[in-house]
Amino acid sequence: MDREALPPAPDAEVVPRVLKAVAGDDYFTLTWRRLRRDRAAMAGAVLIGLIVIAAILAPWLSPHDPTKQYRDGLTKTGQPLPSTLLTDGTLHFPLGTDPNGRDLLSRILYGARVSLIVGVLANTLAIAIGTLIGSVAGFFGNPLETLLMRFTDIMMAFPTLLLAMTLVAILKPSMWIIIMVIGLVYWTWIARVIYGQVVALRQRDFVVASRAIGSPRWFTLIHHILPQLVPTIIVWGTLGIATNVMLEASLSFLGIGVQPPTPSWGGIIQQGQSFYRTAPWLVVFPGLAIMITIFAFNLLGDGLRDAMDPSQKGRL
Amino acid sequence: MWAFIVRRLVQAIPVLIGISLLTFVLIYYLPADPARMYAGPSATADTVARIRHELGLDQPFWVQYTRYLERLLHGDLGFSYRKQVAVTELILSRLPYTLALIGGGVFVELLIGLTVGIASAIGRGRWMDRVGMLIALLGVSTPSFWLGLLLLYGFGYLIPIFPLSGAGTPLHLVLPAFAAGMGGAAWYARMMRSSMLDVLANDYVRTARGKGARERLVVVRHVLPNALNPIITMAGMDIPWFIGGVVLVERVFNWPGIGRMAVEAIETVDVPLILGTVIFTAAMVVISGILIDVVQGLVDPRIRHQAQSYSSQ
Repeated sequence: MDREALPPAPDAEVVPRVLKAVAGDDYFTLTWRRLRRDRAAMAGAVLIGLIVIAAILAPWLSPHDPTKQYRDGLTKTGQPLPSTLLTDGTLHFPLGTDPNGRDLLSRILYGARVSLIVGVLANTLAIAIGTLIGSVAGFFGNPLETLLMRFTDIMMAFPTLLLAMTLVAILKPSMWIIIMVIGLVYWTWIARVIYGQVVALRQRDFVVASRAIGSPRWFTLIHHILPQLVPTIIVWGTLGIATNVMLEASLSFLGIGVQPPTPSWGGIIQQGQSFYRTAPWLVVFPGLAIMITIFAFNLLGDGLRDAMDPSQKGRL
Repeated sequence: MWAFIVRRLVQAIPVLIGISLLTFVLIYYLPADPARMYAGPSATADTVARIRHELGLDQPFWVQYTRYLERLLHGDLGFSYRKQVAVTELILSRLPYTLALIGGGVFVELLIGLTVGIASAIGRGRWMDRVGMLIALLGVSTPSFWLGLLLLYGFGYLIPIFPLSGAGTPLHLVLPAFAAGMGGAAWYARMMRSSMLDVLANDYVRTARGKGARERLVVVRHVLPNALNPIITMAGMDIPWFIGGVVLVERVFNWPGIGRMAVEAIETVDVPLILGTVIFTAAMVVISGILIDVVQGLVDPRIRHQAQSYSSQ
């Protein structure tokens, strides 16, 4: 064909724009747009941002060393001090002190570190295990399916917290042990959800087509099934952090969390609970920190679910 | 129906065996040596070795596991060396208290959760729905032990209506039941609302409204029975979590149940008692799961006849 007869090449910048106008925005752009309009989810994201900043900047934001016991941090009778803001109008101990004369605000700020690290890492581990077991069981079929899902059933029968505290106690509590144990007891839910989705996906045409052109099973699983699971993983990655922050706080409250003097929110409540009548701030403030953190991750997680699957919007 | 119950019981057997195997693996590979604990700290190495032989602890894994399983089948959960009492006896003595707390907690869960969920679904999008769901989300985010301590401070200390700790009278049960049930109530409120909205969108609801049935009748007769179904399923999956909440609440209120005993056992490294409690509660979870399935089968015949493969779940 004569070269001159070809229509002039379209402007390189026009092509993507035209294609985009025809095909619409991609999934994640749409999701982001929907999420941005969700005020509750955005509030959750902002709260999470603030908590993360507080955790990172704890050394600069804290008025005191969180583990130092101050001589002026106790009353003459050895009781914890209430907020100095209320007693003498200074910011010396803004939220009061704990039974050891340590500054409560500094301990809560540093405590955010333990909660976030454990929440995020334990959840990453749980999602990795859950996704692996759920997708292999769902995609490869029997006998792996029955074997893995039966194992999941067995793990689900153990009361989560009781199993976690037993394992932590046996393995001796430390932050890494707690992350490992929470990951090992929490993956079952994710495995169930992922399994259900993979079973539905494996019948779909694009999966059958991939198998038909001779792709190995692992290839099909990784390249065609896993990308479909990303929204679920993101939603659970957010909601699961909320649950794991709760589990860590519960373990610390029982005295088998991160060991003193490292501050953790559950641990502060545990050390303060016998003073709840005379020094209620020791229970109130760390508890609020736990609640706000979990609330923020729940808000964002709910919003993500609505944004990623609009057919589910407003249902939960 | 009977065939369904028998089938569910048979399905539970491998799960129960799996639970016993996992628990035994924990016992077997545990760093703590039962023979040493049994003999006491001052015993000589010879005595410990003799006791190890007498207890059969020098046998291979499968021999020991078979013996363990045999003892379990006879209701023998082991022996607490610390307390010098059989674990089964300890658990059974605490069980009534824990069951009372579970009963109270579930009552609070269902009463508050279902009411708020139904009200929110009926008034969808209006202020009651919004406020109800905001409170529910806060409720799911509140640790039960913290709520327990706040309730104690508020209604045990500032306004002394309820006793501060212990058990015995119905008044003792009120605050712990609330602390154990509120998180679940918030969760059920969210689930119930979503389940109601699903059912409300069905054609038969439109038909019922179309033929002029009053809204109250539509909700009570057509929506509620169908909306409760997923809630019953949820209840089954919720039990293992609920027990965790009970453990914490027992601790806060000094409630003499299994959970507090388990925490004390962990503090004193009473391994047989810890593992006995774990396996006992896991068996409880499996059995209550079967009960819930049977209830659901009674309510909804479709479930009884459903093919019992994993893919159908």
